[in-house]
Amino acid sequence: MRKLENIENRIIPITFLGILIFLWYFVVERGIIQRFILPSPVDAVTTLFRILPEIKHHLIVTLTEAFYGLIFAIVLAVALAVLMDNILMLKRALYPLLVISQTIPILVLAPLFAMWFGLGKFPKIIVVMLVCFFPIIVSLLEGFDSVDKDLINLMKSMGASKIKIFTMVKFPASIVNFFTGLKVAATYCIMAAFIGEWMGGKAGLGLYMMRAKKSLRIDKVFAVVLLIVILSMVLFKIVSILQRLLMPWNNEKQ
Amino acid sequence: MSTYQKNKLSVNNIYKSFGDISVIDDVSLELKENEFVSLLGPSGSGKSTIFNIIAGLIKPDKGKVYIEDMDFTGRSGRVSYMYQKDLLLPWKKIIDNAALPLVIKGTKKKEAREMVKGYFKIFGLEGFEYKYPFQLSGGMRQRAALMRTYMFSKDIILLDEPFGGLDAITKRRMQYWLLDVLSNLNASIIFITHDIDEAIFLSDRVYILSDRPARVKTEIKIDLPRPRKNQVITTPRFNEIKKDIINIL
Repeated sequence: MRKLENIENRIIPITFLGILIFLWYFVVERGIIQRFILPSPVDAVTTLFRILPEIKHHLIVTLTEAFYGLIFAIVLAVALAVLMDNILMLKRALYPLLVISQTIPILVLAPLFAMWFGLGKFPKIIVVMLVCFFPIIVSLLEGFDSVDKDLINLMKSMGASKIKIFTMVKFPASIVNFFTGLKVAATYCIMAAFIGEWMGGKAGLGLYMMRAKKSLRIDKVFAVVLLIVILSMVLFKIVSILQRLLMPWNNEKQ
Repeated sequence: MSTYQKNKLSVNNIYKSFGDISVIDDVSLELKENEFVSLLGPSGSGKSTIFNIIAGLIKPDKGKVYIEDMDFTGRSGRVSYMYQKDLLLPWKKIIDNAALPLVIKGTKKKEAREMVKGYFKIFGLEGFEYKYPFQLSGGMRQRAALMRTYMFSKDIILLDEPFGGLDAITKRRMQYWLLDVLSNLNASIIFITHDIDEAIFLSDRVYILSDRPARVKTEIKIDLPRPRKNQVITTPRFNEIKKDIINIL
């Protein structure tokens, strides 16, 4: 029964997507919208395969930036969340700043970082970090906060120290929240690296796409967009699989 | 049960208020060795606060808690405490949940597992050692929680409405089961409930508490013979006691 429902859950969005893509294809193939304004989905896919050798180098650069940015964001977010949860003063002082940091448009920051740190990978890694850091730390902090008070009391009544309560209860209880944040972060990290490159760089998909845009190669632009969507979805899936492997107790829920 | 029993725990004239609201007003309790005592009172009457004070999680404004004649006021880590929620850690297998108190005390995981293994039979959880809590029914989870509670402190156990979240049939079974288990263990129990039948069926003595602020209205000895079978709840003596309690409440 559940399996059937699952299939149904998948069929609906896939069919809908299929209809949209077909409409897009139809509109372009029939010449209702001209090709140099909107390439057809077939063009985007064939172009992607055609330019793949040429963008391989850029792809690797973008992936490297996204990867390091995400890793650093995870490390920093976890460390800071632990500190903020244990030192109330720190939490009160930092939390508003964290929120404010997210309101500054990344499009402004990216070129600034390029000016300060040059055109290499480093400023892009910072952009990725900034984007990915927030969802992880916010969900972690919320996780720490939402641990059952009775559970903590129970641990106390058994004479557990603050550190033991943290490592044995609070942290494992918040892993679900951590993964929720990580899923958001993983979806964003490629796009963030891309924005960083777009605003100035020597290599990467963002740079490649800017060049394509300037030479009015819209088919290439679409091909790169397609690539980014695929990469982000793959990353999201990897995180989901990781979550299932690391949290066997959570799999049967629903 | 012997005629003379040692005093395990005594709570002497405790008071507690939160802000302006007085929650506990001069409560004194006693628990003897191997005794089963219930605190019966309406919801929100401060029963759980009394438990928190006995467990040392809250300090009373006035009064003392003695455990085996030692002052334990405001000191945690001596008695074991079980809540209405099973509070099992969902990411740990049942055996590791049961071994949790030992691990907190500093026992190695492997040794702790060995130490709890033998109790799975007594607590009716044989074969479920390596399952996760979500794979167990509500009643079984409560049993696992009781087992963990027992692993922490084997002599004094506080049970705060442990069966309050179960359906009536499971609850009845669990009460019966609890009496059965306890006959194999040397434990003194304080049990919180607002269910009159439950209090009479399980206890040697019942303290009846007032509405907030909690005061001991009276103390009733339950002289029903042990071991108690399910039928005891239909006997005239049972109903007599029940009538008394209803009148006092």
